[in-house]
Amino acid sequence: MLVPTSISATPNGTTRPQVRIVIVGHVDHGKSTLVGRLLHETGSLPEGKLEMLKAVSARRGMPFEWSFLLDALQTERDQGITIDTTQIRFRTGSRDIVLIDAPGHAEFLRNMITGASQADGAVLIIDALEGVRDQTRRHGYLLHLLGVKQVAVVVNKMDRVDFSADRFNEISDEISAHLTDLGVTPTAVIPISARDGDGVAERTPRTRWYQGPTVVEALDALEPARPLEALALRLPVQAIYKFDDRRIVAGRIESGHLAAGDEIVIMPAGKIAKIKTVESWPLTPVQGKQGAGRSVGITLDRELFVERGDVISHTGASPRDTRRLRARIFWLHDKPLANGEQILVRLGTRESRATVVRIEKAVDPGELSSIENESIAKNHVGEIDISLAQPIAADSYSDNPRTGRLVIEVAGRIAGGGLVLSVDAGQRAVPIDIVPAESALRPDERSARYRHNGAVVWLTGLPGSGKSTLARALERRLFGNGGSPILLDGDTLRAGLNGDLGFSAADRTENIRRLAEVATHLARNGHIAIVAAVSPSREDRAAARRIADTAFREVYVATPAEVCESRDPKGHYAKARAGALKAFTGIGNDYQPPASSELTIDTSARSVSDAADEIERMLAKTGILFDELVDLAANI
Amino acid sequence: MHLLAPETSKDRSFWTEAPDGAAVHKFSPDQSSTQPSPTALLALAPSMDHLDALEAQSIYIFREAFARLKKLALLWSLGKDSNVMIWLARKAFFGHMPFPALHVDTGKKFPEMYAFRDRYGKEWQLDLRIEPCPPLETIDPTLPPAARSAARKTEGLKLALAKYGFDGLVAGIRRDEEATRAKERVFSPRGTEGGWDVRDQPPEFWDQFNASPPPGAHLRIHPILHWTEADIWAYTKRENIPIIPLYLANGGKRYRSLGDRDITNPVVSNAASIEEILIELDGTKVPERSGRALDHETEDAFERLRVAGYL
Repeated sequence: MLVPTSISATPNGTTRPQVRIVIVGHVDHGKSTLVGRLLHETGSLPEGKLEMLKAVSARRGMPFEWSFLLDALQTERDQGITIDTTQIRFRTGSRDIVLIDAPGHAEFLRNMITGASQADGAVLIIDALEGVRDQTRRHGYLLHLLGVKQVAVVVNKMDRVDFSADRFNEISDEISAHLTDLGVTPTAVIPISARDGDGVAERTPRTRWYQGPTVVEALDALEPARPLEALALRLPVQAIYKFDDRRIVAGRIESGHLAAGDEIVIMPAGKIAKIKTVESWPLTPVQGKQGAGRSVGITLDRELFVERGDVISHTGASPRDTRRLRARIFWLHDKPLANGEQILVRLGTRESRATVVRIEKAVDPGELSSIENESIAKNHVGEIDISLAQPIAADSYSDNPRTGRLVIEVAGRIAGGGLVLSVDAGQRAVPIDIVPAESALRPDERSARYRHNGAVVWLTGLPGSGKSTLARALERRLFGNGGSPILLDGDTLRAGLNGDLGFSAADRTENIRRLAEVATHLARNGHIAIVAAVSPSREDRAAARRIADTAFREVYVATPAEVCESRDPKGHYAKARAGALKAFTGIGNDYQPPASSELTIDTSARSVSDAADEIERMLAKTGILFDELVDLAANI
Repeated sequence: MHLLAPETSKDRSFWTEAPDGAAVHKFSPDQSSTQPSPTALLALAPSMDHLDALEAQSIYIFREAFARLKKLALLWSLGKDSNVMIWLARKAFFGHMPFPALHVDTGKKFPEMYAFRDRYGKEWQLDLRIEPCPPLETIDPTLPPAARSAARKTEGLKLALAKYGFDGLVAGIRRDEEATRAKERVFSPRGTEGGWDVRDQPPEFWDQFNASPPPGAHLRIHPILHWTEADIWAYTKRENIPIIPLYLANGGKRYRSLGDRDITNPVVSNAASIEEILIELDGTKVPERSGRALDHETEDAFERLRVAGYL
């Protein structure tokens, strides 16, 4: 939860910025002690609290510890570790500080993230005796991923190293280098003894070699997060309300501002409208601009299909619409995130099923060694490419921190999160002056009628391998079941759409690209496009898969070459043998068979009907054809 | 501490700084040589103050809860916090509260509270559901007396949950009330028995909430978790939200927090208006719930009640 601009007013009429901070670092390096000491030094303890805790300690036969102040839970006192975010308020000279005590125990990293995600600034605490530990580095890395830019480092327990300036400098250099690598510059590195009070609110003679600020002074210099008014408008839609005769689109302005009369575009569909009114209660409608951080409701000048998850922006400054993202994430789930895994992505108010299609640079941020590319383990970080089941509106984090971050859910529970590094993973940009018109029908309306989702079934194989025969059999089969299959035969399209293309490598690549684009358009509109094309180049087919994305199903028709040549339905092999046909795939051995197609079929070994059966089964298994049993199970 | 003194409105910087300068550049050159007209300036967005920010966050939470859960209810304790919540819900849903207000009634509230419920239940057009608590004899006798009495509410709540099948309950708890409440999430899953597993809370960040409770469990939703006692009063005053008069001083005493008659005590105070309450709060270090007997009975009474589903 991030509460934006925070100015709290005091009785004398001055305004004091409110700053939310988190204290992080390795377990037992003294976070709770520092918090207890800070509360005492700033005169923030409730009356009798200190005395009460001292009495409790005495009763338990334990010496009083400052950290007891925070250990409000019985369970914590039993274990001697703080287990969750606590929010405590106190004042420095010019700031109201809301302190979120995040724990350091490795098991509770999810709690550190919950706390730190709400913070404007952080204090990273390090034990002078133990120095920088894995959890110190891990927390530093997570602060960077969570977007916390103001970090003050505190080197605690200086009393245990006789207030040695050398030891302090050693630790200071090491942590500064680590943070700087992450793009985080520490605002201060402060030697303290939280237990004795040195360096917390006052400088003592024991650290006379240190010239920088005390902890309280460093906190006083932190700036509160500001709403992102300067960025382009982003209004993720939370819901559409029709409680009365108004149809109100509700959401919170994450960045920029809006007003009645603005021309807007609704992403990812790209529909354009004007804001008719800005609604409010008890006063309505609202005049003037509404800025970032406001929860608003607007009505539009025309009836459009708008739904939760859409993002409203100004025309010409919209987010990208994409089905593919690259993100740097942290992973909190017990089971590692593996390549190929099915996940649920939440970005703004949109949720979308998705597949992890690539994992890179997975690493324990505490160790920063042994990088791997297969999976991301619990409490580790990594970069992933995500393929989304539906188009979403997104920005990269560097363009917009609010619409450029996402969380990942597994089994209905938040399992990780991270920053969007890039949108579309290197695919070409959509020119912003092209505004695609959307179909009047939603994909789910069509799929409800056809009993299948849209797909591109791509049959590849040598000439004469049986692609067209199989494609036609499949088309008949799907149509007979009430579906909407459409055959795209390579040769047929070469007669018209691709009539300008020859058989050079470049022309073949373009031929495949056009086939893939047409097929993908059909698939996005709920049809099953069956493409029958030799498509010999692995690279071209990979490009087709990128275009069609999650709708792509590759079937390798792997009939042996000699069988194909003996069939020779179009007489091409004979011509090629006679030297009358140049650049003919089949004789020239330039066919590159798929390494990982969804299905491989040898038509010399089975009937056309069997082969069509097998394709149908694959389509059902991979979520294209609706399986009644699966449907039923999903509704339970 | 977040006192909204009357003069604060003067301090509110009404104009944004227009950080990108965009709004300023809209003036044509000949206009820029003179003073921009007042109407042109009005086109800039007014900046948000502290209460605006709190309000916007709470509205966001309400809308997320309503979008993601099937059967919501708001727990209306009739106190200042839940009245602010109802006000925020009506802001979120443009004058409507599209789910029931549930009053789990111990039968031992102050007469002023029942009068308030009957009046504003109608005036605010609430879908009011009143559910009685079971008799005290059915409650765990090993609990200290006040805790036992209050724990009746837990049982009453369980009965209401079973009766209506709510999958989300909106509750007006705040982090600043009590140390254990500081550990709450905004969307907090509860077990089938209403229990709270402090150790196994999923992460919650960037306003993305865990809204899929396991089968049989329900969610508690806390839209004012980030507010303080002073915020509640400042907002109540700004929005003119009605209050129960027991909160204001009468004969040198007032109630800071309203619970059952037999376990709630007034505090010494001369604050006879919301303004005076705010001034009083700014100087006090006495915890808000100090008037509630049950918190002090044993060190862990409060936590035991939390785990058992008591708010």
